[in-house]
Amino acid sequence: MSTRATRSGSARPTGSGWELAIWYLMRLTGLGLFVTALAHYIIVHFLYDPSSQKAQWITDERWGNIAWRTADWLMLAFVVFHAFMGLRIVIGDYTSGRLRFFMTMLLYLGAVVIFALGTIAVATFPFPVKP
Amino acid sequence: MLLRYRGSEGMLAWAFHRISGVAIWAFILLHVLDIWLAGVNPKLYDEVLQVYASPIGRVLESLLGAALLYHALNGLRIIIMDFWPSMTRYHKQLWYANWILFAVIGLPILIQIMAPAFGFAPPFTFGGGS
Repeated sequence: MSTRATRSGSARPTGSGWELAIWYLMRLTGLGLFVTALAHYIIVHFLYDPSSQKAQWITDERWGNIAWRTADWLMLAFVVFHAFMGLRIVIGDYTSGRLRFFMTMLLYLGAVVIFALGTIAVATFPFPVKP
Repeated sequence: MLLRYRGSEGMLAWAFHRISGVAIWAFILLHVLDIWLAGVNPKLYDEVLQVYASPIGRVLESLLGAALLYHALNGLRIIIMDFWPSMTRYHKQLWYANWILFAVIGLPILIQIMAPAFGFAPPFTFGGGS
């Protein structure tokens, strides 16, 4: 099989196991982000202008209903996996031995912290007060 | 690392993908923090927001959008070649197609974002937007 040839991604790992699962998940979350992250950018930078997006606007418009919060939390899950697993590849390319282990563990810790912080933000953000 | 190689399309596609990916990762850290801040301290967030809406903020916004759009399009190119290996033969053509899409999609967004920095109203207006 010539499927290992690739021009700028990582070659598909052989066999099965974690590495192969991560390889597929990188592509799956990538497709998910193609839709969610690009839509997100277009909404907050093209349809709206950042100067109009005060905290109150997030409360009333962006996160005024549970559906948007759910969609954004899904995007958070995609992006934390994709970004941190992507950086894991970068760390693996430029470090080795104990340094690689230490930096990878630090990276995983960072991923957990960012995912927790983002989840707390989307779950506890004030809901609009009904008059 | 970057300078040792003779940059041909495949190598540049890889380098840009990596650079844009690391840049987006760094922004994600900032972005999760600022949205968390918006929940716990709305007043301070509104002040931070002024930085995003400033002319320099708009340049950074555009750069973020460029990184995001490049990474998204080249990511599709990678997926096409991974799951349809015969397309690897056309990796250069796919990369040029990426840049055409990049320009066509990116230009209207760039103009919309940068217009206020030059004192113009954003050219496209939408129902809810301003």
